[in-house]
Amino acid sequence: MAVGFAQWGNDLYTGRRSYDIVGRRRLWFTISAILVAISAVLLVKPGLNPGIEFRGGSQFVVSGVSDLDQQLAIDTVLEHAPEESPKVTTVGSESLRIQTAELTNDEVEEMQGALADAFSVPEEQVTTSFIGPSWGADISRKAITGILVFLLFVTIVMTIYFRNWRMAVAALVALFHDLIITAGVYAGVGWEVTPATVIGFLTILGYSIYDTVVVFDKVRENTADTLDQSRFTYAERANLAVNQTLVRSINTSVVALLPVASILFVGAFVLGAGTLRDIALALFVGMLVGTFSSIFLATPVEVWLREREPALRDHTAKVLAARAAAGAGEGVPALVGTVHATGQLRPGSHQGVAAQPKRRR
Amino acid sequence: MALFGTLFAGTQNSTATWTPNLALDLEGGTQIILRPVAEDTGDITSETISQAIQVIRQRVDSSGVAEAEITSQGSNNIVVALPGTPSEETLELVRTSAQMEFRPVLVAGAPTPVGDGAAAPEPTATAQATEGVDDTATDGAAADEAATEETAPDAAAAPEPTPSASAPASDTPTKAAPDSPSDAAYYITPAVQAQFDALDCTDPVNQTGGAPGDPEKAFVTCDPDGTTKYILGPVEIEGQEISSANAGLRQTSSGAFTGERVVNLEFTSKGTDQFTAVTTRLQGLSEPQNRFAVVLDGLVISAPGLDPGTIISNGKAEISGDFTQESSITLANQLNFGSLPLSFTVQSEEQISATLGSEQLEKGLIAGLIGLVLVVIYSMFQYRALGLLTVASLVVAAVITYGVITLLSWTQGYRLSLPGVAGLIVAIGITADSFIVYFERIRDELREGRTLQQAVERGWERARRTILASDAVNFIAAVVLYVLAVGGVRGFAFTLGLTTLIDVVVVFLFTHPMMSIIARTKFFGGGHPLSGLDPHRLGVDVPRYAGRGRVVSPSTTEKSAKADAERVPVGVGSGTGSSAPAASGTTIAERRAAARAAREADAPPPEPSGPAADTSTSSEPGTGRTEGNEH
Repeated sequence: MAVGFAQWGNDLYTGRRSYDIVGRRRLWFTISAILVAISAVLLVKPGLNPGIEFRGGSQFVVSGVSDLDQQLAIDTVLEHAPEESPKVTTVGSESLRIQTAELTNDEVEEMQGALADAFSVPEEQVTTSFIGPSWGADISRKAITGILVFLLFVTIVMTIYFRNWRMAVAALVALFHDLIITAGVYAGVGWEVTPATVIGFLTILGYSIYDTVVVFDKVRENTADTLDQSRFTYAERANLAVNQTLVRSINTSVVALLPVASILFVGAFVLGAGTLRDIALALFVGMLVGTFSSIFLATPVEVWLREREPALRDHTAKVLAARAAAGAGEGVPALVGTVHATGQLRPGSHQGVAAQPKRRR
Repeated sequence: MALFGTLFAGTQNSTATWTPNLALDLEGGTQIILRPVAEDTGDITSETISQAIQVIRQRVDSSGVAEAEITSQGSNNIVVALPGTPSEETLELVRTSAQMEFRPVLVAGAPTPVGDGAAAPEPTATAQATEGVDDTATDGAAADEAATEETAPDAAAAPEPTPSASAPASDTPTKAAPDSPSDAAYYITPAVQAQFDALDCTDPVNQTGGAPGDPEKAFVTCDPDGTTKYILGPVEIEGQEISSANAGLRQTSSGAFTGERVVNLEFTSKGTDQFTAVTTRLQGLSEPQNRFAVVLDGLVISAPGLDPGTIISNGKAEISGDFTQESSITLANQLNFGSLPLSFTVQSEEQISATLGSEQLEKGLIAGLIGLVLVVIYSMFQYRALGLLTVASLVVAAVITYGVITLLSWTQGYRLSLPGVAGLIVAIGITADSFIVYFERIRDELREGRTLQQAVERGWERARRTILASDAVNFIAAVVLYVLAVGGVRGFAFTLGLTTLIDVVVVFLFTHPMMSIIARTKFFGGGHPLSGLDPHRLGVDVPRYAGRGRVVSPSTTEKSAKADAERVPVGVGSGTGSSAPAASGTTIAERRAAARAAREADAPPPEPSGPAADTSTSSEPGTGRTEGNEH
């Protein structure tokens, strides 16, 4: 299979096998639009489920406990509020802190009694309190500021690096696509949004752009001399670039996703709610979608934007016309349009003395 | 190596350890619950609390404690969570959430109690008697010691000496109204005088500060190191009116710097007006009444004097004295952060043991390990022996990361949190990606028919750009998050940025040199099937220009004679097959290749030829040997 995969990579590189990714952009745009729409719906209903840090919540501290059995506390809470995901932490040497969602007064009293019974302490030793959502609000505000500043910087850096603002715009489109879908999936799964989730989202920002930059770098390389030749259109060159980086994209995604998937697995099935699980889910979805968007969304959007440039539009028309003429002359018009660019089409580039044939010894 | 040498030296000579310090969520830590105290309860609003939280966070961050979590709990309590077992100074910094105010100095005196309070000396006499106390020295020393001198663990200890003996003394001013805030005759009532006389500033209890006194009345207090005691007039300027303070060197009017350290103060517009009024009045008075005291949490941290004729009306003051660099910075920080509208009492202080966190760390590390093993398996599968280089590079990166984090946790007090661990695990993917980009580029160059050594060099040139560009984006993300975010996000951003840098270092200084070296070995350079760089598998059997108008294609190699007809030696991989060459725009090489193809097609073919025969090359081992690779 590895042989097949490598062969597939070769074919993609040489253009022997090629997926018309840029050409079928309507299809990808439709898929993306549908995914974004579904995510948007999920974000509205059921919506994101804020954790205790964001919505505030009730907190019980059971002090003077002889055995610090966290499971007992979790069980007790679950008996009374099955849908809760209580957060139990040992405080000091003889007390347990249990965080739950904001409960009504009756529920709080009930829970207080239950916890006192479970740990066989007098009810006075179970203190209840309420957490203001200050940290969550704080972290969200800062995260939003961070996102805006980051986007600004990245746009500037990409515009300078690629010498073209369209690539930056396309990367941002892909980025928003990734963020919305990730948030949508997160809302759909219904896990609590904790500061850890926010961290996960923020990482996707970096990862999505990172992935897109790698693909765009190849696109830039392949299309640098588009206007100096008349065999291929810009779109075809870009498409070749995407095909050539396809193997790299797949390898990278697999390598990046493997550790995240293992955290997600351990987090979801062994640990239950917690920092690791929340980060891993956001990252897993984000990286998956990020890979998709860097291949199927970013480049087509970029090509779509570039093709509006007059110079490129003229060039495309010229190439297509020349090709149609050549095809007609040859009598095989059916082949027109299946022309694929290759990596080594650079007449005149010398590959060095060592590449010259040598006398066999 | 130097890294671990330093660490080794550190473990031998000081407090460094071989493992990084852990943050609150992993290690447990100290949680302090603060209850704000204001002169009147109306001052405690959610707004002032959030302001207080910001100031405390700023202070804690500036003291180098990583990932302090400061939240409001309930209506008005503030919870400060500090990881590990914080030093007493750090705790003190949290507790001393100060109220700052400017009061005029009425009387300054020796720190010891005077008499038994019965025969109160004339205030001015006291001042004269203690003129020996060096007031400039007080400025600097006081500031220096403000945060650290306190030894009493209980910050809530009564700050004012409350000498009961003076209780009977009259607290009624002798005059109906003060002439000015510096009017000693009005403010120094017998009760105040008695309190002043009884105050013993050498007693550590009296050096801890506490709630500030009534802003309308005189206030008796010490400086933090117990060298002087003061009677101060009413509050003239609130600490909030300071817009900024910074430490620096004195600058003359011509802009040149002298070596003298000063603290520059700037007031808000309201503060400027008030300060103008204060300086106008004070500069005409005699020592010590020409001094104004900066009172932080009930202690005089600085009491600079005004030279006669100095009226500061532009709101920019400069405090000079025997500052060291450290003491000037401390004073500037205190002035900057010190103007909280509230003061706090510590309500509870708890140690947290995060069994949950430790479990998560353990499971997280196991998950990371599983992920790493999967990555190793996958890269071996994809890149064969070359995968070993990936693994070696990842190991080098991991070792360096571990070393740097341990070193930072020793020198900078960095603490590894759970989000930080997650950042490290995520970094596996991003680091491995650099190697993948590099290897794919090398393979691309191999596919173009270069020898391995050339491919490594050319591939490196191209991959370098990509790696630098994408890592730059990642690094920007990390820096922005680090600068703008709070709490756990910071820890995450830190490890992300760190691993990005290490990634670049490893790729440049390890992977690429290693690649160049192994490219010279027979195993890799010869393209052994298990090396991951086997030209066959990389499809080097596409035609390429070989110089002197010749094209090397697989069909020209003898070994693959049988398969010749199946190959499509045309179009340089072009899917159009032999139909393309007639079209204009082909290269000479392509045209020649096409001509040869046509010749071969005319010759009696063992099997049908044409573009349809574009079958998989994997079924034909040996066809890929091109002349260029057979030396």
